[in-house]
Amino acid sequence: MQHLIRFLIALLIVPLLLTSVSAQTDPRSLINAMAVGNLKARAAQIEALAATGDAKAVPALQALSDGALYFRKSDKQVFIAQKSGKNFDLIDPLTAENIGSFPKGSVSKVKVNNSLRRLIRSVIGTLTLLSPDPQIRIAAAQTIFKTGDPESLEALDRALVQEKASNVRSAMELARASVILKSDSTDADKIAAITLIQKGDGREGLPLLNEFAAQSDGAVAAAANKAIGEIEKTIALLDIGQTVWYGISLGSVLLLAAIGLAVTFGVMGVINMAHGEMVMLGAYTTYVVQEIIRTGYPGLFDYSLALALPLAFLVSGSCGFVMERTIIRFLYGRPLETLLATWGVSLILQQTIRTIFGSTNKEVGNPTWMSGAYELGGLTLTANRLWIVVFALFVFAALFVVLKKTGFGLQMRAVTQNRKMASSMGIRTPWVDALTFALGSGIAGIAGVALSQIANVSPNLGQNYIIDSFMVVVFGGVGNLWGTLIGALTLGVANKFLEPFAGAVLAKILILVFIILFIQKRPRGLFALKGRAVEA
Amino acid sequence: MTILKNTARSIGFAALVAGMMTTTLANAADTIKVGILHSLSGTMAISETTLKDAMLMLIEEQNKKGGLLGQQLEAVVVDPASDWPLFAEKARELLDVHKVAAVFGNWTSVSRKSVLPVFAELNGILFYPVQYEGEESQRNVFYTGAAPNQQAIPAVDYLLANEEVERWVLAGTDYVYPRTTNKILEAYLKSKGVADEDIMINYTPFGHSDWQTIVSDIKAFGSEGKKTAVVSTINGDANVPFYKELGNQGISATDIPVVAFSVGEEELAGLDTEPLVGHLAAWNYFQSVDTEENATFIETWKAFTGDENRVTNDPMEAHYIGFNMWVKAVEKAGTTDVDTVIDEIVGVAVPNLSGGYSAMMPNHHITKPVLIGEIQADGQFEIVERTNGLVAGDAWSDYLPDSAKLISDWRKPLSCGNFNVETSTCGGKGS
Repeated sequence: MQHLIRFLIALLIVPLLLTSVSAQTDPRSLINAMAVGNLKARAAQIEALAATGDAKAVPALQALSDGALYFRKSDKQVFIAQKSGKNFDLIDPLTAENIGSFPKGSVSKVKVNNSLRRLIRSVIGTLTLLSPDPQIRIAAAQTIFKTGDPESLEALDRALVQEKASNVRSAMELARASVILKSDSTDADKIAAITLIQKGDGREGLPLLNEFAAQSDGAVAAAANKAIGEIEKTIALLDIGQTVWYGISLGSVLLLAAIGLAVTFGVMGVINMAHGEMVMLGAYTTYVVQEIIRTGYPGLFDYSLALALPLAFLVSGSCGFVMERTIIRFLYGRPLETLLATWGVSLILQQTIRTIFGSTNKEVGNPTWMSGAYELGGLTLTANRLWIVVFALFVFAALFVVLKKTGFGLQMRAVTQNRKMASSMGIRTPWVDALTFALGSGIAGIAGVALSQIANVSPNLGQNYIIDSFMVVVFGGVGNLWGTLIGALTLGVANKFLEPFAGAVLAKILILVFIILFIQKRPRGLFALKGRAVEA
Repeated sequence: MTILKNTARSIGFAALVAGMMTTTLANAADTIKVGILHSLSGTMAISETTLKDAMLMLIEEQNKKGGLLGQQLEAVVVDPASDWPLFAEKARELLDVHKVAAVFGNWTSVSRKSVLPVFAELNGILFYPVQYEGEESQRNVFYTGAAPNQQAIPAVDYLLANEEVERWVLAGTDYVYPRTTNKILEAYLKSKGVADEDIMINYTPFGHSDWQTIVSDIKAFGSEGKKTAVVSTINGDANVPFYKELGNQGISATDIPVVAFSVGEEELAGLDTEPLVGHLAAWNYFQSVDTEENATFIETWKAFTGDENRVTNDPMEAHYIGFNMWVKAVEKAGTTDVDTVIDEIVGVAVPNLSGGYSAMMPNHHITKPVLIGEIQADGQFEIVERTNGLVAGDAWSDYLPDSAKLISDWRKPLSCGNFNVETSTCGGKGS
């Protein structure tokens, strides 16, 4: 059906082109033709350009797909445009020659939409099969695999004859199999293609096979259905692994949000409602660092997070220090007043940030090494999540070392276990309190750097995490770092296993109910502290 | 009981105010007060603060033109702090204490529902500028945002026609607007012959941030060999992590396009839009609309806020239309008296920003064009489709059996927001 339409459009458009341009196969005039006509006419223009089979047309098509193809209003010539300041640099799409800078108003964009982008993707696939770069050849084969355009069969066969690299060959063979399913080849060919796709890439091949099975009958349909069954079996197994991964990833976010609180609430016993705002301050520090880098040193962008980490620790840490010295130290032993006072601080911080930066979300970019995804034996691990898991574990380990192996950590533990005794041993307990609180707040700040990569950077950022953080610390056991780790991961994984059955809303409710019941049974959480501190 | 107490209190209060009236009357005649009821703090501040600024700008512009009926306009700004019950209290304050001639405000449906009784009781006028789920028509409220048939249905039609979509994911935040809209869309899709198993409905809580499972479910749902699209009624902050996850899991708009009803220029301002190019949104206005009115509006807005990077969006245009309609109706009536203005405003037509005229319909909804835009790398939208002519807002959806038989017409003699054409009585659903 689609081909019939394409054919009809081509029939309509050919006489038009014949009348306006004498040599309608000249790529330059075909490219220029795109300056006129609406989105519907453009499909035929792209087809006409692809029909030349000339790889030189690829940059123009790619630019059209990226929305970088413009035409000069004065003479309706089409160029690739690059922004330079307020002007556009126009580049000849065939010769790549820069023909100079033009003001914004003198050029106009060649419009494009999703269905055109799909069309471009499939024609570029066919045109770049013979590219000298093996990566481009693989990409071309993969697009053909997805689109399965029967017209590219010839081009594929030609490319396969001269292809030497084995990884490119296998990608092309897969693509060929996909094309054969959509063409009118013999049943034997089709069954061979099905086996190839099943062996190749299960998940990617599933849509193809499903579509094919629905349209065909007899032996081929049976073979396709069998292959689908096999692939689905593998996927079901993979899905369990994927869910566990999602759970760990959610757990690592919870861990990051809660780990600072494990210090301030868990170790010191201060109900710090402004904990979320410390996280927010860290995220805003990242934003400011990125803004400075963007305007001054764009080359450093990939290092922005590394630069933001110590700064965020300092900003949130010093904020926590000031808070402890000016407010919290007067309120030790009065949990209700602490709760209200820190809640007030959280509102002040939120409104301050809102006044300085405005209430809209701020854009914090992902460095290139945190974008995209890794494929691991059929599992998709998104890069930013993977790094956050690694980072959360690193922060946990670092905090653990600080608490157990340093002098400061020793003093801190001494003060929490028995304040009077520690004091009589010559430890300046108020000083240790302030530093402990600053440490907890600083860790919340570096959590903010990580969370800015996956969440909104807005004044409300902290509020979204405060409840979850308390949940994790209480569940894991107050005063125990291991409890926080195990608690965060348990809640994360449990949430992700419930989500597919119960839905995101109900899953969250079920987790809350579970925690309430759990706390009834074990009021001190998973890992209860034993000893003198408990009674204090 | 509390309602009784409140009423008693407000009656006493009204009496007190009435007593003071004689003394303040002389002052009140100097200016006409306009109430602005938008949250300036709390979760909704992100969207509503802009609308407050837009209203202040419109009032300032009107005053530059010489005000209204020879008097200057005075804005009365209150902050309901994203707290739904507080909206009702603040509305009462605006009408009772400040005696405003009209109120422009609200964003979420739940806040609108909370102020409805106040406006009915004290007989005020409310202009509501946000796209909403429909199924409502009140005498005191004018809906200048889109009803479902002015946004959701045309968007689905576009996907059916241009992207040949066969499977649908209806993803939304769990509250009244997405639930009602999805109910209408589900009925509409089924009337177009879409099978049950080709529709997946998913709800998430406000501010949902972990989209891994849902996005991979969508990916799996879309790998059945049929063209799949997502219709998103996800609201507010949750959109940012949702789109980020889509980008990271490699779902591009050419594979599974997402059409959103709550994502505009303002929401995209906090996002890296590079991976989102080609995803869609349906609105009645985009900043990229190429008309003279719009260019002037954007210029005035940037000058007013003193920020070159501020964007304009659809609800701002709705306020622009609503405010101008009210001004025109007051001029026509020669008074700001609420009953007269309510009668006069029906049929009033004012220019919208997309190069046409919007008119107030008897059901208190307005006529608007529907635009479909694709997200661009610069955070703006490119308009890829535009309805022929204007679409009139339909208060009661034709696709829900309960509502199909209801009509709304506030002109005399019918004067009814939910007239049942089968039983010929006023007072159907929602009364």
